[in-house]
Amino acid sequence: MSEDIFKTIQGMIDAHPVMLFMKGEKNAPQCGFSARVVQILTHLDVPFDTCNVLSNPELRQGIKDFSQWPTIPQLYVKGEFIGGCDIVTDMYQNGELEALLAEKGITKKA
Amino acid sequence: MAMSAQEIERTIRSAIPDAQITVTDLAGDGDHYACEVVSEQFRGLPRVRQHKMVYDAFGGRMGTELHALSVQTRTP
Repeated sequence: MSEDIFKTIQGMIDAHPVMLFMKGEKNAPQCGFSARVVQILTHLDVPFDTCNVLSNPELRQGIKDFSQWPTIPQLYVKGEFIGGCDIVTDMYQNGELEALLAEKGITKKA
Repeated sequence: MAMSAQEIERTIRSAIPDAQITVTDLAGDGDHYACEVVSEQFRGLPRVRQHKMVYDAFGGRMGTELHALSVQTRTP
């Protein structure tokens, strides 16, 4: 694994306050777990950016190594790794996700 | 290659011996599972760390032999 892919990932996390690494595109997810996280973030009406890990095999493995987390999707908020689909779903259902986003200063789209 | 529900339970138990584990085969295809893991060891840990303890039990088998495992963790 090259250092470059870690730099690329870090760059995306730094540049985008809510960054989702997923399978497929935001408007065309290619996995049910990725689709669910997109749906939750869309429902919360906050701005978020996505990166399709299927577009690049090095990135697909790189994000797993970077986060030390074996599955995709992976959600980062303000540089902090929040978790995958199960955690995001749980946090959404008990209101923790909305609280976390508010705490991190992520506001709803105007 | 798929894993059986029993093997999933055994694998999690090897890493978290005190755990109460419920494994559900979601699609009936031996390839998509959900597990609920209840352990005192999770107490005080952020959820990312709790799930990581479960994932770590599988080492490199996650995403290869085991296609999809939905994880829920809680303390007793």
